[in-house]
Amino acid sequence: MNLYRTLALTLPLVSSGAMAADLTVKFDLPQLNVAEYHKPYVAIWVERADQSVASTLAVLYDVKKPNNGGEKWVKDLRTWWRKAGRDAQLPIDGVSGATRAAGTQTLSFNGAKYGLDKLPAGDYKLVIEAAREAGGRELVRVPFSWPAKGKLAANAAGKEELGAVSIAVQ
Amino acid sequence: MKKIVIVLALAGAAFSAHAHRPWMVPTQTLIESDRETWVTIDGAVSEGLFDVDHMPLRMDGLSVINPDGTTSQAPAPMVGKHRAMVDVQLPKDGTYRFTLAATNVMGSYKLNGETKRFGRGGPSEVPPGATDVKTTTTVQRQDTFVTRNKTSTGALKPVGTGLEMVPVSHPNELHAGEKASFRFLLDGKPLANFPFSMIPGGVKYRGTANEVRLSTDANGEASFTLPAPNMYWLSAAYPANAPRGPGVEQPAKRYSYSATLEILPE
Repeated sequence: MNLYRTLALTLPLVSSGAMAADLTVKFDLPQLNVAEYHKPYVAIWVERADQSVASTLAVLYDVKKPNNGGEKWVKDLRTWWRKAGRDAQLPIDGVSGATRAAGTQTLSFNGAKYGLDKLPAGDYKLVIEAAREAGGRELVRVPFSWPAKGKLAANAAGKEELGAVSIAVQ
Repeated sequence: MKKIVIVLALAGAAFSAHAHRPWMVPTQTLIESDRETWVTIDGAVSEGLFDVDHMPLRMDGLSVINPDGTTSQAPAPMVGKHRAMVDVQLPKDGTYRFTLAATNVMGSYKLNGETKRFGRGGPSEVPPGATDVKTTTTVQRQDTFVTRNKTSTGALKPVGTGLEMVPVSHPNELHAGEKASFRFLLDGKPLANFPFSMIPGGVKYRGTANEVRLSTDANGEASFTLPAPNMYWLSAAYPANAPRGPGVEQPAKRYSYSATLEILPE
């Protein structure tokens, strides 16, 4: 009885630890000294070694604009758009979200919900792309190996539209 | 005899691709719109790419190859002092090719001991009794490509005549750092080990030309990593590396090809 209980408790924990780890992305949207500022549109995805999109995690845009007006400019996230967005139907449940203010932002993604648990083992990159109306566009890539052994932490930084970006898996 | 050579050389210079370059630049290469869609093609001849500082390009006879492969005629150009422009509506999604192709015959003849040259009228201008008739035929072709919403390949099929570049990689999906392949054909046959150049616009802001000199392989295909983002002028001539300038006899038939291609950031 005691043994059964231990097994029953342990098994789900083991599987969730190895397969359905949560990915946390922390990114900095710099405060910019510019004549015209709008909060940037941001896309976050997992990229395979061949630079194709394995899973889109987040697309942040003006989701509240009437008549889906905000979707019109999602194509300004050029890299995400030509690799995945063009063929996607917006809004994407659990992926579409509101733009974020300047400062440090943190988003967490459940491994099972975003298909991370089904990724074949290998080298990947977390890509974050920011595009700002009347501004620039920048991409930051954070390399990581999957599945993450133990705790994973990696970081990179942008120059203008993006500041420091770090990822953690646990 | 020397005089004839100079006349021929001058006639050749008027059409040669060096120094003064003919170019066409579309206002956009990829238009994403659900509304009525237009593109404007600017055409000019200038030394610096894509400086509008010399003379307009003769854009009469501009062909539009539609996404389904059919060809239609572009409207007549508006011709300014420095550039010509053509507005073209793009009714359907897909990739359009804009082609300016021309064949010119020029040359010279001797009549009563005097050397005369003839131009666009071709050999029909040569009067009876003329001797020492020399002709140079130049076959020119210029392309540029514009996509509405989704790229397609119906307009990219080879023509099979003259000198042409066949974009194996889609000309509206060129991204810096990615691999691309182009093929060159002369009268439909692959040109092995054939050199061509790509020059980015904006030399005057940069100083350096940054010309990328490339060559096809034994199969007539060139595969290479695309250089930094910019609007590029791709050019090639056949025979390649033919000597030019005063005192140099021109080949009887010459081919030139150029295309404006946009390389985008990733």
